[in-house]
Amino acid sequence: MFENLPLIALQQYWWVIVSVLGALLVFLLFVQGGQTMLGVLSRDSSEKTMLVNSIGRKWDLTFTTLVTFGGAFFASFPLFYSTSFGGAYWVWMAILFAFIIQAVSYEYRTKASNFLGQGTYEIFLFLNGLLGTILLGAAVSTFFTGSQFLVDKMNLVTLDSGNMPVISSWQTPFHGLEAVWTLEHLAFLQNIALGLAVFFLARINANLYFINNINDSQIEKRSRRVLKTNTIFFLIFFLFWVIRLMFLDGFAVNPETKEVFMESNKYLNNLLQMPLVLVLFLLGVVSVLFGIFKGLFTTAKNGIWFSGLGTVLTVLALFFLAGFNNTAYYPSTYDLQSSLTIENSSSSHFTLTAMSYVSILVPFVLAYIFYAWRSMDKKKIDRNEVESDPHLY
Amino acid sequence: MGNIDFSLVDWSRAQFALTAMYHWIFVPLTLGLSFILAIMESIYVKTGNPEWKDTTKFWMTIFGINFAIGVATGIILEFEFGTNWSNYSWFVGDIFGAPLAIEGIMAFFMESTFIAVMFFGWNKVSKKFHLVSTWLVAIGSNLSALWILVANGWMQLPGGTKFNPDTARNEMIDFWSVLFSPVAINKFLHTVTSAYVLAAIVVIGISAYYLLKSKHSLFAKKSIVVAAVFGLISSLYLITTGDGSAKQVAKYQPMKLAVMEGLYEGSEGAPLQAIGVLVDAPTDKNPNQKEVKMNIALPGGLSFLSFGDFNAFVPGINDLLYGNSKYGIEPYQDKIAKGKLAIDALRNYRLAKKAGNEDEAKQHLAVLNANYKYFGYGFYSGRSEQELVPDVPLVFYAFHIMVGLGSYFVVFFILMLFLTMKNKIQDNRIILILAVLTLPLAFVAQQAGWIVAEVGRQPWVIQNLMPTIAAVSQISSTNVMITFGLFLLVFTALLIAELKIIFAQIKKGPEAHSGNN
Ligand code: HEM
Repeated sequence: MFENLPLIALQQYWWVIVSVLGALLVFLLFVQGGQTMLGVLSRDSSEKTMLVNSIGRKWDLTFTTLVTFGGAFFASFPLFYSTSFGGAYWVWMAILFAFIIQAVSYEYRTKASNFLGQGTYEIFLFLNGLLGTILLGAAVSTFFTGSQFLVDKMNLVTLDSGNMPVISSWQTPFHGLEAVWTLEHLAFLQNIALGLAVFFLARINANLYFINNINDSQIEKRSRRVLKTNTIFFLIFFLFWVIRLMFLDGFAVNPETKEVFMESNKYLNNLLQMPLVLVLFLLGVVSVLFGIFKGLFTTAKNGIWFSGLGTVLTVLALFFLAGFNNTAYYPSTYDLQSSLTIENSSSSHFTLTAMSYVSILVPFVLAYIFYAWRSMDKKKIDRNEVESDPHLY
Repeated sequence: MGNIDFSLVDWSRAQFALTAMYHWIFVPLTLGLSFILAIMESIYVKTGNPEWKDTTKFWMTIFGINFAIGVATGIILEFEFGTNWSNYSWFVGDIFGAPLAIEGIMAFFMESTFIAVMFFGWNKVSKKFHLVSTWLVAIGSNLSALWILVANGWMQLPGGTKFNPDTARNEMIDFWSVLFSPVAINKFLHTVTSAYVLAAIVVIGISAYYLLKSKHSLFAKKSIVVAAVFGLISSLYLITTGDGSAKQVAKYQPMKLAVMEGLYEGSEGAPLQAIGVLVDAPTDKNPNQKEVKMNIALPGGLSFLSFGDFNAFVPGINDLLYGNSKYGIEPYQDKIAKGKLAIDALRNYRLAKKAGNEDEAKQHLAVLNANYKYFGYGFYSGRSEQELVPDVPLVFYAFHIMVGLGSYFVVFFILMLFLTMKNKIQDNRIILILAVLTLPLAFVAQQAGWIVAEVGRQPWVIQNLMPTIAAVSQISSTNVMITFGLFLLVFTALLIAELKIIFAQIKKGPEAHSGNN
């Protein structure tokens, strides 16, 4: 079935899958958002335990989504994997360290003789929440603002040039960190803004998730209060980022010659030329706002479903803006023609076909995750549970 | 090639070794203990005896502490191919990425979803669903091992692919021959069975500690029975699969085999060293030559291990380096020359193609195709062939430690099972002390195994096609030194934390887990 599709269709299909994983990841970052509010939302240790256990049972899911996102990107667009990970070394290393320290923190936080002490593990959780969200957001923003790298496959076979035989080479010694101080087109503002927007969105989703998942009036009250602040900041950074994006020059690809060139208002044009993406985007934003509205102005507990769905749709739309409609999704400002497009960076027809068969599993995976969590979350976390069950984080 | 930054290559290798070895401290216990848990819980569900539930829960706590640090040390490995071996990621990403992605989709989600049910679901889901979840955790973690070992196996025997000169990379043409490559299958079986052996030894070691302290005797004996049976079966299978691995190595990586045994001059009826010491014995031919001294050797043993025939010819390091016309072995310098031809042909092909010169391109392509299987050797043009020999002592000793311990483990399991069945184990302090001392040895054997497999294949990242010097990312070595230091610091701190927590849990004992169902 997949083998008969043309290469470009498979590339688009895999761009959609990678986008879906990325979108789910951003939604699941509510775990990280929650980790930055353990102090604000609790007054005693039982309350903190409720919070930690509420997100603690989901952290592995977020983590696994991140790993799978990386794996799927590698399998489908290996040139991105080698260019970005090997190039923006410090950004990815910082993200990875932020997740390394998270992975032990839930399990070890309250265990006897845990060497580093409970406070340290809570700092780890906080750092993961802060850096994980901001850096991932800023990294995604470079999909629109560009980075400085060169891709030259001839390097592999030019042994006497004085260069290493390396295909992708980054052109700054800061290896990605420059994203937060690149002045050209105020790229740094744009990157930081998306980082902070993702950070506050993660906190919004965490607020709404706590309201839904924990049966405790105090935590609920505080969550609704903090939600307000988070929303204000989120709107500031997100609107700034989106509105500027509409006026930025974008990295367009000539469909005939495959040449990359700058096009003014490229991303606005993409939205207008792909009405379906526009609809996705608007639906997403409205849905997030509706979820927030439920959390702020009603007593409903199901805001998370709307903001969660909205997050997924919005991020999906952004990925589509970056990759479809003859756009270079990982542009190089150093050498335009090195920019990565879904066509020049993908795996072969054969591999994409094989992987497409594997992708048929995805709905089943989603189904059992959903089923398992419904069985587990039927009973909400409450003070009673955390004070009687010793098997807790 | 004066342009290669060797300190970068070395630091990148050091970092990969550091992170992989740390990760592999924890993974085998996860792979093996998950099945032991599933077996114990099955007995509980079958018999309804709550003691089995407490037993399961105690080991589950140990499992959880170990699992967390396994995850922490594992995420970096997934991304390190990109961050530190970016050229590799392009050159073979078309094949190598797929198993990693499938691992995530098929295995990691299964593991992470049902692990939450396993830990927190005792009162939330039915007994049956809980048991199924525990089994799915075991299956999920072992499936993830399958996919990553398929990826590793492919690096050692790159099949099912074709080089595409237009994209400058290898492309998959046969998924099933990647998945079912004989090296991959053997590697998977050897690795998971070694993990089961390790987990069994850990369970026995901790239980023996309780018996020595005359604490929790009932729990300890129950645990020992399950672990000894599981361990004995696994260890027998481990030797079979190890034998299978040796045959694969002999067939596809003759240099690794020669290095494992410190064999410099090949021969028919080559002996297998049971024990021995390597000493320097330079010759005119090979200034780095070594010799095995103070040894006990099984005549014809290596020939048999490698080819199932006591008289078969096994090539030595010198035969491989300098050639052996009697057995049709090409010297390395010839391979290097052919590799250089392939690399140059690829460059000329691309230049001709760019200039629109199709005929010329075709000629270069023919040269490339004829010499492609030596492609990696070409990066050593103008260098000594000695650089293509792995670290002999390291691999030699690691191999013998692994095999020696493997043989000892079989005897150990038989002894434990026998004494437990006779109900005599609690009185035999020497055996109990031995059991406690055996625990760290299981970890030593694991690390030794990976040293054999990975140091033994140097300098190849992909056998014969890509050496480490052509695979590395272009970053200044200072960057890698810093991340190396950070990994060392963070992982060591986490390891200390893990050990302290586990020791504290062992002190507390299984009783702390009963009553709260
Ligand atoms: C007793 C006989 C044993 C034999 C003949 C044997 C043989 C081998 C061989 C030939 C390799 C290299 C395979 C390759 O490079 O592709 C290997 C690797 C390995 N061995 Fe063993 N081994 C034995 C026992 C053990 C034991 C007791 C353990 C650990 C408890 C162990 C753990 C490993 C591991 C983790 C690897 C690396 C993974 C792999 O390449 O399969 N082995 N073994």
